[in-house]
Amino acid sequence: MNTTLDPIENLVQSDYKYGFVTEVETDSVPPGLNEDTIRLISAKKHEPDFMLEWRLRAYRHWLTMTEPKWANVHYNPIDYQSIVYYSAPKRNANGPKSLEEVDPKLLETYERLGIPLHERAKLAGVAVDAVFDSVSVATTFKEKLGEMGVLFCSFSDAVLNHPDLVKKYLGSVVPYTDNFFATLNSAVFSDGSFCYIPKGVRCPMELSTYFRINAANTGQFERTLIIAEEGAYVSYLEGCTAPMRDENQLHAAVVELLALDRAQIKYSTVQNWYPGDAEGRGGIYNFVTKRGLCKGRHSKISWTQVETGSAITWKYPSCVLLGDNSVGEFYSVAVTNNRQQADTGTKMIHIGKNTSSTIVSKGISAGHGQNSYRGMVKVQKSAAQARNFSQCDSLLLGDKCGAHTFPYLEVKNPTARVEHEATTSKIGEDQIFYCNQRGLATQDAVNMIVNGYCKEVFKQLPMEFAVEAQKLLGVSLDGSVG
Amino acid sequence: MNPLLEITNLSAAVDGKPILKGLNLTVCAGEVHAIMGPNGSGKSTLAAVLAGRPGYEVAGGEVLFDGANLIDMKPEDRARQGLFLAFQYPVEIPGVNSTYFLKAALNEVRKARGLPELDAMEFLDLVRARMDVLHLDQSLLNRPVNEGFSGGEKKRNEIFQMAVLEPRLAILDETDSGLDIDALKIVAEGVNKLHRSDNAQVVITHYQRLLNYIIPDYVHVLHDGRIVRSGGKELAYELEERGYDWVTDHVKSERPELAAA
Ligand SMILES: Nc1ncnc2c1ncn2[C@@H]1O[C@H](COP(=O)(O)OP(=O)(O)OP(=O)(O)O)[C@@H](O)[C@H]1O
Ligand SMILES: [Mg+2]
Repeated sequence: MNTTLDPIENLVQSDYKYGFVTEVETDSVPPGLNEDTIRLISAKKHEPDFMLEWRLRAYRHWLTMTEPKWANVHYNPIDYQSIVYYSAPKRNANGPKSLEEVDPKLLETYERLGIPLHERAKLAGVAVDAVFDSVSVATTFKEKLGEMGVLFCSFSDAVLNHPDLVKKYLGSVVPYTDNFFATLNSAVFSDGSFCYIPKGVRCPMELSTYFRINAANTGQFERTLIIAEEGAYVSYLEGCTAPMRDENQLHAAVVELLALDRAQIKYSTVQNWYPGDAEGRGGIYNFVTKRGLCKGRHSKISWTQVETGSAITWKYPSCVLLGDNSVGEFYSVAVTNNRQQADTGTKMIHIGKNTSSTIVSKGISAGHGQNSYRGMVKVQKSAAQARNFSQCDSLLLGDKCGAHTFPYLEVKNPTARVEHEATTSKIGEDQIFYCNQRGLATQDAVNMIVNGYCKEVFKQLPMEFAVEAQKLLGVSLDGSVG
Repeated sequence: MNPLLEITNLSAAVDGKPILKGLNLTVCAGEVHAIMGPNGSGKSTLAAVLAGRPGYEVAGGEVLFDGANLIDMKPEDRARQGLFLAFQYPVEIPGVNSTYFLKAALNEVRKARGLPELDAMEFLDLVRARMDVLHLDQSLLNRPVNEGFSGGEKKRNEIFQMAVLEPRLAILDETDSGLDIDALKIVAEGVNKLHRSDNAQVVITHYQRLLNYIIPDYVHVLHDGRIVRSGGKELAYELEERGYDWVTDHVKSERPELAAA
């Protein structure tokens, strides 16, 4: 009889609808990591010497580092020698020149993921770079953007075609020595997106990269670099999915953003890597370093993230507010259901005068999920009149999950104003019953409450994606209450 | 007339503790029933069991709602079929806008009745009309459901929701408690205006006061999980004068089979 069921206790596994595998022939390197692996990756990509040198420096530095253990997440040790560091769908020697040459199986894969790449069905107003395992398979609207001087291409293309820009900016925000995972990425990164918005240009469409891990036992190490010159504006979105597999897979990405005078970069992520099953088998380890440098005066960088996937998420998109009057923003929704763990947050480093930052973090835990917010606000001595506002909210569904908050604050300038607010709330059975009694099904009630809770963050997303994010949240929490 | 609600020998437990112990009650369309009874006698439990609140186990008996077995239905289906509970303690739902909430609720109910969903404009027209009846401040609707509402506002909001959802059977659990005398009149007036020949109301209250404004066709006294006495509205006056002991003592002397439990 349904009246005796406790709706919050009654957990069932939700379906991950992106869990399929595409059968393609791949060109992979054997598992394991040493200097030869790196030379091989670099050679496969026909990279110039400076790139290989940089990778090797990173690798040698990585050998001296140890994996960080401070995050509030738990997992078995990762065997870095069992990972395949490069896997690409086989293609003709020079890569596809146009979409017609792209393997139809790959196009179909993206179609199934809701990211049509071919001309007829391309997403209106959104240019897409599609990254499949270690390589970019297609980038749409390249020419159209090119007319305005906007460069949007795979990272590999950028290394070959715009080596000066890459040389100048690669590692300028996240140096190869930065941290264990970023350093590993610097050594072995395979592909990713490169965007360059020239002076005074407002990028006419959303730029987006869709990351897909397909091959088994493969790590994905992508690298994204976005440069907005003086007065430029760009809105960029990344999405991610992976097949359902019983083994964990490592995803260690690096994203670098650079905003010059009055430039604005809006970076949105909808992260839906495979989270593992209800018992915690499989899923992606999402260990990511994302940082933006507001180098110019009045520049602005906004991070918006909706993190619903991955077995473990370890990520702190940060802003270094160097230019006077620069602005950093971080809006985050992080969901952990079943056995998922997330340790995520941001760092706002105030260096310039009159710099301001806003942090809005919404954690949602269901099932046995563990959700930690870790945020640092650092006001350096030079940052007169710096301002920060932080709001960290946690929402619990059921009583087996957890929410934790670790705010760090370091203020060295007495004129700074820093505010922090935190709340923890719970979706109660009585709230759900109240909704039921008005005719709403339990899942709709949960979605309504959760969406209301996340409203502030969703409204930061580009329209098309806000709707997607809402749906995704519904799917992620599907079955989290009976 | 066919009964809208027919409860036969209902017994129910909470956390393994028997609360309802063989309750009988029949409500027909067009009727108003008042249920009175001392604290802890099981009034809210009855309302919760009828609405399908989790944790309330039905141990025996039968409940028919318009001829269908109510106990087998999910709480939301009961609501969609036209059963409405005005809660004794309405819960706050932060972040969920009242208008949005009520529109979603109404459209679920309409769907179940085979009616087309209302769009935002049609819904707002309906809402305005119903708000006037209850003299409810429209700004409440722009706020999250019940969040920060005063006790009286919460109660009025329940009746407002009832006015919008137009249930066939409304159970009002102590809607009068916590209301000042003016609010009480307004709520009663609202309830009376919503009363039609094809719907029914079950009003749970402690005070005869409310029954000056909502005239019941029947008054029942609930005691220790059973209805021990039923009568017309005079029963309420008599209770007010003589207290519950009068009925409960009576039970023991007149109907020992009920008293022995
Ligand atoms: N979870 C529970 N565990 C044990 N007993 C419970 C539980 N919930 C309710 N009860 C008991 O059930 C009995 C009936 O409670 P109920 O709320 O139905 O009474 P009521 O008639 O509505 O009283 P009031 O007039 O005070 O509102 C009370 O004795 C109460 O303590
Ligand atoms: Mg009660």
